[in-house]
Amino acid sequence: MSDRKTAVSQRLAVRKTYKLFIGGAFPRSESGRSYPVHGHGGELLGYTAQASRKDLRDAVVAARAAFTGWSGATAYNRGQVLYRAAEMLEGRAAQFAAELCAAEGLAAGQAEACVAAAIDRWVWYAGWSDKITQVAGAANPVAGPYFNFSVPEPTGVVVVLAPAHSSLLGLVSVLAPVIVTGNAAVVVASEHRPLPAVVLAEVLATSDVPAGAVNVLTGRGAELFGVAASHMDVNAIDLTGAAAFDRAELEQAAAANVKRVFYRDEDWAAAPGIRRMLSFLEIKTVWHPAGI
Amino acid sequence: MGSGKGKSEARPTQPSVELADKSAADLIGSGWEYAPAPEARDIVTIDPEYGLFVNGDFRPAAAGRTFPTINPASEEQLAVVAEAGQADVDAAVAAARAAYEQVWGPMPGSERAKYLYRIARVLQERAREFAVLESLDNGKPIRESRDVDIPLAAAHFFYYAGWADKLEHAGFGADPRPLGVAGQVIPWNFPLLMAAWKLAPALAAGNTCVLKPAETTPLTALLLAQVCQQVGLPPGVVNVLTGAGDTGAALVLHAGVDKVAFTGSTEVGKQIASAVAGSGKKVTLELGGKAANIVFDDAPIEQAVEGIVNGIFFNQGHVCCAGSRLLVQESVADAVVDRLRRRLTTLRLGDPLDKNTDIGAINSRAQLDKIRQLSAAGDAEGARRWSPPCRLPAKGFWFPPTLFTDVSQSHRIAREEIFGPVLSVLTFRTPEEALVKANNTPYGLSAGIWTDKGSRILWMAQRLRAGVIWANTYNRFDPASPFGGYQESGYGREGGRHGLAAYLDV
Repeated sequence: MSDRKTAVSQRLAVRKTYKLFIGGAFPRSESGRSYPVHGHGGELLGYTAQASRKDLRDAVVAARAAFTGWSGATAYNRGQVLYRAAEMLEGRAAQFAAELCAAEGLAAGQAEACVAAAIDRWVWYAGWSDKITQVAGAANPVAGPYFNFSVPEPTGVVVVLAPAHSSLLGLVSVLAPVIVTGNAAVVVASEHRPLPAVVLAEVLATSDVPAGAVNVLTGRGAELFGVAASHMDVNAIDLTGAAAFDRAELEQAAAANVKRVFYRDEDWAAAPGIRRMLSFLEIKTVWHPAGI
Repeated sequence: MGSGKGKSEARPTQPSVELADKSAADLIGSGWEYAPAPEARDIVTIDPEYGLFVNGDFRPAAAGRTFPTINPASEEQLAVVAEAGQADVDAAVAAARAAYEQVWGPMPGSERAKYLYRIARVLQERAREFAVLESLDNGKPIRESRDVDIPLAAAHFFYYAGWADKLEHAGFGADPRPLGVAGQVIPWNFPLLMAAWKLAPALAAGNTCVLKPAETTPLTALLLAQVCQQVGLPPGVVNVLTGAGDTGAALVLHAGVDKVAFTGSTEVGKQIASAVAGSGKKVTLELGGKAANIVFDDAPIEQAVEGIVNGIFFNQGHVCCAGSRLLVQESVADAVVDRLRRRLTTLRLGDPLDKNTDIGAINSRAQLDKIRQLSAAGDAEGARRWSPPCRLPAKGFWFPPTLFTDVSQSHRIAREEIFGPVLSVLTFRTPEEALVKANNTPYGLSAGIWTDKGSRILWMAQRLRAGVIWANTYNRFDPASPFGGYQESGYGREGGRHGLAAYLDV
């Protein structure tokens, strides 16, 4: 993006096309549409793909296909994959800081601190992969000759409506808790600050996150949120990014297949706790007789 | 069905039913005479009329409306019960709010615990009374109400009593807060047990409750309200509003209700989730199921057959987690179905108060109609129906234990919850196929696995998308064991430490 600031340069920079991230690939919207993204000061930062309802459905199909493998991977493996993503984030820290300066109008120092916090949060969540089961699971002392235990399992395909304003730290704070436990995610990025999400998708694509485990869409909330909420093959939805929308309407749509609905606007700088992870987990209880 | 009469008196109940295996019936079913062994009915006194339990006292509905509750085994009227309307819901919620703010909320957990222990003890003391009343109002065999429903209800209060003064150790932070007033709507299949599942954790966590029992089974909840009086529970902490769907809707929609807990059909659960959308109320739903009970070729067949019978014919199949889809490995399918038929021939259907009864009455005419309708769909879609020779009583609502073979995945009887004593038998060849078939449902409440191979149990248990997995057993329940579904079987858990989360602001 440096060519925006330097009118005369030695060589012409190669600009990026901001695309969707579906099933591990970077397609444009099947609708052929894009929309302009403006910086905090109103300047044009570029165009990004405007996902259609069909793109969203494709992303759900990709997520469903990836779910079995991702949820079936060992917790140790998922932890390493997420940690690998943190390594890639670190390597792109300068790029993210530049994106945040443009998108959120942060000063350079603020942007760097925000990127550092996002990377640290990702690492924090990565470490939860092989601990949450012990924290949320149990051996249950039933009154009979049975061995009985409960374990948390991922809910399935989760649509995450990313926070509208905090385009990197907020995004990381809602995505990482969903995927670290084995869910497959479809992220709808902040409508007006989508570019850090696209860069994050590029990071994930070059980590070892399996294709489809995370899908990232940019587009219009008014067009996509309702489809996500009513989609019959989505198991849960995080409405955090729908603060400006009619949540009652979205929750009604979500009731059609008994989706788990989560909404919580947060101070993204604060310590997150484990509530988000627990909200996208199911408790499975297994019984077996004990005997000879 | 071993009705105690000669075989010549037994007759098929449906024209399409085949005759049972003759030798099995001769050997076991009708060969044994059983004398009637009825439980004494007069242990419980049923009032001719019951009011609503609001703020510690019984009162008639504001609008004066009532409805009868009947014994489904005889269609005799047991009592007339008040039907709560909007004004009664307002009064009950106001009483619960006042009790929450003034008494129950500020009360130390150790004192709340002692009230719950008292309730548990009285349920144990008066267990036979509750069991008889439950069987009369619900139609379930006394053997089940006596050995399962009532002891488990007492155990739930006893278990959660102990949590009331230990919440800071439950893993929800140093000072987890209750939600306030809980509106709880429960089904008719385990009336007292479902009341206990709802009330015990809610009260332990510090909430107050307005409970709406099912229209067809209000009596044990009202007896429990009398127990609340007996133990000196402060007025308003527990309120019981009898009524039908409108009463339940008014309760869950009430602006003064902070928490909605519902157990019932997926259809109504969706309506509730939709109706409270955007209200900020915390909701937990325990909904329907279509559980696969999976029998592998190396399973101990006799145990598996007992498990299959317990899985689908326990409580007349009026069980959300009933093992209503039998998936049996092809190589042993004939042997399993043969033994199953022989075993069904020995089941005894009849008077719920008879201690020998295995299969009681269907809870209501409406439910009987639904079971008949779905079974007819099974016939129409080409499945093969079989029931043992079985004399159904002339009065009351009855349906014989029924097996459907030649069932395919697309049949309605393999996809829809029948909530009756009807088992659909499907086959598979490989564990992978069993898994795909088992998971091919929008539900996800429970599943069963029968095999001698430990590694296969764990492999299956990890991959079945259901909240409760019973391996080499079925339909076991315990207050310490979390219960609840995946997908359209609902969300939230009841039982265990996890059950507390439903009633805390976490």
